[in-house]
Amino acid sequence: MRLKIDKLGVVIAALLAYGAFLAPFAQFRANRIVPGEARSILEALPAGLGAALLAFVMISIILIVLKTPTIVRLVLGLVALLVLAVLIGLSAGHLTPPENTYARVSPASGFWLLSFAFALVTADALARLKLSPFARVALLAAVAGAIAALLMSGAWDGLSILKEYGSRAETFWLEASRHVVLALGSLAAATLVGLPLGILCHRVEALRAGVLNVLNIIQTIPSIALFGLLIAPLGWIALHVPGAQAHGIRGIGAAPAFVALFLYSLLPVVANTVVGLAGVPRDANDAARGIGMTDRQRLFGVELPLAFPVILTGIRIVLVQNIGLATIAALIGGGGFGVFVFQGIGQTAMDLVLLGAVPTVALAFAAAIVLDAATELSSNKPGRAA
Amino acid sequence: MKRYLPNLLRLAALIILIAFLVQPMLFEPLLKPLVQANAPAVYNQGSLLSLTLSHLATVFTATLAATIVAVGLAILVTRPIGAEFLPLSRSLVNIGQTFPPVAVLALAVPAVGFGEKPTLIALFLYGLLPIFENAMTGLSTLPPAIVEAARGTGMTAWQRLTKVEIPLALPVILAGIRLSVTISLATATIGSTVAAKTLGEVIIAGLQSNNLAFVLQGGVVVAVLAVLIYDAFSAVERVLSRRAGRV
Amino acid sequence: MIEIDSITKRYGDTTVVDNVSMTIAPRTITVIVGTSGSGKTTLMRMINRLVEPTSGKILIDGEPNSAIPGYELRRRIGYAIQGHGLFPHRTVGENIATVPTLLGWEKSRIDAKVKELLTLFQLDPAAFGPRYPHELSGGQQQRVGVARALAAEPNILLMDEPFGALDPVIRAKAQEDLLAIQKHFGTTIVLVTHDMEEAFHLADKIAVMDKGRIVQYAAPEEMLVNPATDFVETLIGAGERPFRLLSIGSVGEATEAGEAEGEAIAAATSQRDALSALLWAGRDALPVVGADGTRLGRVTLAGLARRAARPQ
Ligand SMILES: Nc1ncnc2c1ncn2[C@@H]1O[C@H](COP(=O)(O)OP(=O)(O)OP(=O)(O)O)[C@@H](O)[C@H]1O
Ligand SMILES: [Mg+2]
Repeated sequence: MRLKIDKLGVVIAALLAYGAFLAPFAQFRANRIVPGEARSILEALPAGLGAALLAFVMISIILIVLKTPTIVRLVLGLVALLVLAVLIGLSAGHLTPPENTYARVSPASGFWLLSFAFALVTADALARLKLSPFARVALLAAVAGAIAALLMSGAWDGLSILKEYGSRAETFWLEASRHVVLALGSLAAATLVGLPLGILCHRVEALRAGVLNVLNIIQTIPSIALFGLLIAPLGWIALHVPGAQAHGIRGIGAAPAFVALFLYSLLPVVANTVVGLAGVPRDANDAARGIGMTDRQRLFGVELPLAFPVILTGIRIVLVQNIGLATIAALIGGGGFGVFVFQGIGQTAMDLVLLGAVPTVALAFAAAIVLDAATELSSNKPGRAA
Repeated sequence: MKRYLPNLLRLAALIILIAFLVQPMLFEPLLKPLVQANAPAVYNQGSLLSLTLSHLATVFTATLAATIVAVGLAILVTRPIGAEFLPLSRSLVNIGQTFPPVAVLALAVPAVGFGEKPTLIALFLYGLLPIFENAMTGLSTLPPAIVEAARGTGMTAWQRLTKVEIPLALPVILAGIRLSVTISLATATIGSTVAAKTLGEVIIAGLQSNNLAFVLQGGVVVAVLAVLIYDAFSAVERVLSRRAGRV
Repeated sequence: MIEIDSITKRYGDTTVVDNVSMTIAPRTITVIVGTSGSGKTTLMRMINRLVEPTSGKILIDGEPNSAIPGYELRRRIGYAIQGHGLFPHRTVGENIATVPTLLGWEKSRIDAKVKELLTLFQLDPAAFGPRYPHELSGGQQQRVGVARALAAEPNILLMDEPFGALDPVIRAKAQEDLLAIQKHFGTTIVLVTHDMEEAFHLADKIAVMDKGRIVQYAAPEEMLVNPATDFVETLIGAGERPFRLLSIGSVGEATEAGEAEGEAIAAATSQRDALSALLWAGRDALPVVGADGTRLGRVTLAGLARRAARPQ
């Protein structure tokens, strides 16, 4: 058998070698805000483990540089990520002096590089394997399960980000639920309004350009400005419309954030509905008319089902975008993970920034995978041309 | 007449924008009703013009860097030598787009500190994706007969790339840059939360002092810039693609 | 002269061109015919090395074509591609100038060449030079494609179904142009076509390909008289043989002394078309005129009938 070199593998191996041997694995700080000191793999892990990790990385480098079967690379990537996740937790315990509650240990560039490189191996293997939608969602669930298990087991409790979490466990879940409500709620509202609006724009050509232009312009207003601009009208409503205040409508807080996200969400929903309906084959429409369907029957029986995958793509865009934008709501008192991000920026406490940013990214990532899978399933239904 | 109307509107918007940036006080009466009696109606903590220019400079620098890197990468993965990187780069583009800009910004701060740098990094990273995706599509969907003809006339690989492939893919690449610039113009405002000099300063000052006029002027200036730049790019794309017969 | 010596091309396990050898004489037109997928395009593209052979070699004027870099080789060989392949972002003039520019010709020489070729193809240089390809009709694009292939005055011109997309009228015109150009420049032409009529009309020699092999390589008359296999015979079409024979020659060759009444036929017309004209006019003879309109003589039904009979 001749050994073949994988070009991508060479790049990843370089990342791995740099991350393992030259960059610090963990960072130790005497307290929350002082600058950190770097710790290499050998310093950051208990005696034998550090050497074992280096050996593991070297074996991985060999496996990755050679053209190994894709499934081997996938397993290697996943195992390596799990190993890194466990070891960084151990290093926290190892580096923190006993009984010291101020000291902070966080992952450093070496850890991130190693994780990134192994994530690349995994992502590349997944892209080549072309997994079915179900398999992708199952893998996502397995990874989420593994992370949850690591969190519950306390393996990561020594890490600084979890210490930040420890001191705000209750607020964390409150902000998390606000974040989800903001992102999903505005999506639901935008779908309820955007879908009929899209259908209307499809039917009434005169409306189309105007509506889409207005929605396009809304997209160009920077999010923080739009959030801010909605404070005034909503404040006015709160004061002058009876019962508004009782329903939580206030000038600052979640209401303007909700409305802003809703406005941003309209364009992808409406535009994709229009594109999806326009893409319905003429034949299908003619046939539906030919067999005597009413307009309404045609809409629900033919047009919408055929346009569904495109509409779903719009919803995916909106959801991922909203999960990200919802962080900005914190600037106007709307809550969400942004609270931690901006507090952290204010206090130059990066652990706190991470406490807000990491779940946001994870949430957006998971939403993208699930909705991509749904889109693929809906466009592969039997009897449908791709 | 109807055909010129949009262009007249654009010209008017540009003139009003420049007038506002150079002589903001002229517009004070318009903004006055938005604020409490003794609060300033026009941003007074710095020059709007210089903030706008540094906003544009930040976006320009980040987009330029993103364009060079993204187009370079797209060229690499569409050559036979870089083909092995193609599946991964496609999925990286998909994954990358799920990263919220605020998160990228916030995560850049620990690495480089406060100021312009994290904003530049966030805009750069976020700007890479649309350009890369479009450049890759543009370069990999050229009509095979034309690529074949380029080979057949005896062009070297480099000549094919520079004289045929890139010119033909240019409208699609430009569309990617246009998307990237529009996103960056809005995202740069968030950079002010980490102390970058952008129009976000005006908006944040407004949010902090409950001054609606500040929020409005910051937001509208960015929006008008975005619309004008978007339209300018679209116009160039149209000319180029009409030229390339791809209408 | 092109000498193809036991050339083979394999993609994986399938052999697309199988041990083909043939010699193409200079200043002739060789037409390759065969069913779809028989390897015609592949064989031709190995001549200018757009496809590298698995084994075997090709000599051009005695030199192996692998002696110089592929791109230099291709600048010396004209290539008109299936479906023209014009660069949509360049004007007609720039398209034609592609290879001369790559070769570093002087601007004035390039301009003169572009003008010459456009005129030759009956496209007004002032009107068509600055246009973009999408502003041309399909037939005009096709002619520009051939003009581009000829621009650097190559000794060899490879043409892959160059007239496939043209309507019958323009197609006939393009064939006449090609014959004229071949005479004018003395180019060696290798042409692939699916149209047997076209093959017999243009070819000095025809190569029939089947499943990657050359089953017969012969002059058209020879092929009509002695088809090598049943496949060749079906390809020619048994019922078409006399007419194919007539397509080979022009009226000029069949002109007899004498006078005739009726509408005159040009000497360059194929004998087959002359036969049609005679039958349609219901006459035994028609006058023949040269390109300049001078009377050359007449063509007769009986004369053509003799020529259509199986050669002895
Ligand atoms: N790059 C390639 N990889 C694999 N197979 C190929 C490749 N190029 C051509 N082939 C195969 O080789 C065979 C011959 O192809 P070729 O293009 O030479 O046929 P052709 O005679 O020109 O057909 P047509 O008349 O349809 O143009 C076909 O079966 C084709 O599928
Ligand atoms: Mg062919």
